Parts: sequence; C-alpha cells; structure tokens
Amino acid sequence: MEKQKSIVSLLKAKQDTILQEWEKEQFSAGKFRADLISPDELKQQMRDFWDSLLKALGQEERVDLSDEGWKPVRSLLTELSKSRAKLGFTPSETALFVFSLKKPIFQLIQDTFQNDPARLQKELWDLNTLLDSLGLFTTETYIRSKEEIIRRQQEEMLELSTPVVKIWEQIVAVPLIGTLDSARTQTVMENLLQEIVAASATVAIIDITGVPTVDTLVAQHLIKTVSAARLMGAECIISGIRPQIAQTMIHLGVSFQDITTKATLAEAIKYGLSQVGYRISKME
Amino acid sequence: MLLLRRDSFPLQSSDDIVKARQIVRTWAAELGFKLVDQTKIVTASSELARNAYDHGKGGIMIIEAIEDGDRKGLRLTFQDQGPGIPDIEQALKDGYSTSGGLGLGLGGAKRLVNEFHIESTVGKGTTVRIVKWV
Repeated sequence: MEKQKSIVSLLKAKQDTILQEWEKEQFSAGKFRADLISPDELKQQMRDFWDSLLKALGQEERVDLSDEGWKPVRSLLTELSKSRAKLGFTPSETALFVFSLKKPIFQLIQDTFQNDPARLQKELWDLNTLLDSLGLFTTETYIRSKEEIIRRQQEEMLELSTPVVKIWEQIVAVPLIGTLDSARTQTVMENLLQEIVAASATVAIIDITGVPTVDTLVAQHLIKTVSAARLMGAECIISGIRPQIAQTMIHLGVSFQDITTKATLAEAIKYGLSQVGYRISKME
Repeated sequence: MLLLRRDSFPLQSSDDIVKARQIVRTWAAELGFKLVDQTKIVTASSELARNAYDHGKGGIMIIEAIEDGDRKGLRLTFQDQGPGIPDIEQALKDGYSTSGGLGLGLGGAKRLVNEFHIESTVGKGTTVRIVKWV
C-alpha cells in the first residue's frame, strides 16, 4: 500500500511532464490519425484515462483489472476501443493509446530510482505489467466489438437475402442467392411457409438462379421445403436450374422427380399464373 | 505425374466447407475447367468436405494442381480422424445414410469425378482422394 501510494504521488507530481511526453508520442508522425479523430478529442481521452488510472492506482492495492476499483478504467477503455473499432482504427493503433504511455512513465521511474536498482526493477516490472494488461484489454475489446459488428451484419444478411415476394394473387416467390447453409435454409423455409399463409398462396416459386452449388444437402433442404409447402396446400415450383447444375445433379443422383421445375423464373411465373387461372398474352 | 501447386485447408466448421468450395472453384477455374466440370468438382468437394466435418468430426482438405503428360487436373484429398466406415461398399450405395441425409453424397461424388479412391479404418479415420482432369 505504502509503495503503491508513493508511485501514485510520484506520477501525480510529475503528471504535467508525463502528459506532455505522452502527447508527443501520440501525435508523433505516423501514429496520429488526423483523419479519424480530432486533436482535442484525443487530448480529452488521454486526460480522462490518466485521471481514472491514477484514481484506480491510488485505491487498489493489487493491480487486478477485474477488481472493483479498476471498473472506471475498464469502462473508459471499453468505450475507447469500441469507438475506435467503429471509426476504422487498426488494433495496433488502438492498443498504442495505452502502450505509448510506457516511454514517459518508464523514463520517470528510471530517473527517480536510478540509485536503487532493486527498486527500479520492481517498479518498472509492476508498471510494465499494468500497462501491458491495459493494452491487451483494449485489443480484446476491440476484437470483441469487431466480432459484434460482423455478427450483426451476418444476421442482417440472413434476413435480407431471403425476401419472399408476392408475384400475383395466390403466387409467392423466393429468389435464393448465395450459399444455402443450414441456418439460412431454415430462415427461407420459415419465411416461405409464413408467406404462403399470409398471401393465401397456392403456388410458391423457389428460384435458385443465384445458388452456386446444389449438393445433396441443399437438394434435401429444397425437397423438405417443397414437401412442407405441399402439406399447406401450395404447389412448389423450383426455377433457375442452370445447365451445369442440372448435369451435376444427374450425376449426383438427386432427382426432383415429382416436383415441378422450370429453367427460368419467367417460365415459372407463367406456369404459376396458368395454375391459378391467368394467362399472359401480348396486347393487340 | 507433376505437382504444380499444393495447399491444405482445415475443415473444422460449416464455414470451412463454404471456404473449401470457394477455393476449389477458384483453382478449377484457373486450371481451365469448363463451367460444367467446375460445378461437378465443386459439388463433389462439398459432399466430401461435409462428410469429413459431419461424420469425421473435422479434418483437412489437401488441394493439388497436377499435370500428367499433356493433361492437367485437380486432386483433392479429404482426411479425417473420425470413426471410419465399416462397410465402404454399403456407404457408396445410393440411398444409404447414417445421418438422415439423402445418402447420395459419397456415391454421387464418385460419379462426378474421374478417379475416386477411398480408404477407411474403423476407429482411425477416413481418407478420400479424388482427381478430375481438365
């Protein structure tokens, strides 16, 4: 406790010098991202971090980031990393915010304890460990918030890529695009079946023009969807089977035997309309 | 037989299967496969990659561009350390599945390529090697 306090008071006494040096580090060539953050904002962040760091050091005997006293520091760094991840900083640039504090602090410790090697080593080691764990913390938070962004986008894409559209009374269609993994196929199936009820559809078109690979798993998913739609009283048409997909399916041994299939979406729509009593004809 | 290029990829998640497919498609296109044959080898790789992941509890795919005389081809090896297949003949039969699938994957993959070689030891794992020539 005694020792910790003395370090804190030392840091406090010299904080102007440290902050000045730290600022120099932060704003030095190649490190400062003027395109992403304003100097005033960065200075404010540094000031806030410094204050909360001193406070935590003064309060807590142990340097353990999970302790209650470090909470303000943690939440401050969390905010900082999150905003930097969003703004487009790299992980290194984000961690550098903390690591660039090493030079001024170590300099100070070295100057202060140069006549006491044992103490010097001990203090350097402690502060090094502290700054390392804080720097790693920013990286971890940075990565977590990036992952969060990716996860959200994945979910959005899952929703986006499976719109069920109403073609005409009693006819709905779902154009499938991209890889049909299990999660997406499930979403497609659910959306389609719901839309069949909502639109009182008797014809449902599944267009696979945008699906690059139809393997046995995709085929099985399609067959299941068709069967489920059939149970609900809707006839399913699979359209957009390209020549290379057709030939591959033949070799695979997959057959859509009792399922109506059409080469193009246009053909499928035409067929669907005729099933519900409409005909497409050219105006005289 | 000349080895032109070689690489290997893990098959540890369903995302890896998607990646494996994309890599096979890129290599096949670069080697000059026609669209139909690209689709065939990609589909075969999809089946075998999924087998390694689903049944073999994950494995690796080795992809090799090879040249034999004046023909070029793609050789894919799928290795897993899963439970192995006790009866390969039965596994190759259409409609046979232990997982509720269509049971066409292994036999289908065999029909989609020029050369197909399977080795499996119960308790040790399974290796499937396929070759498709341009």
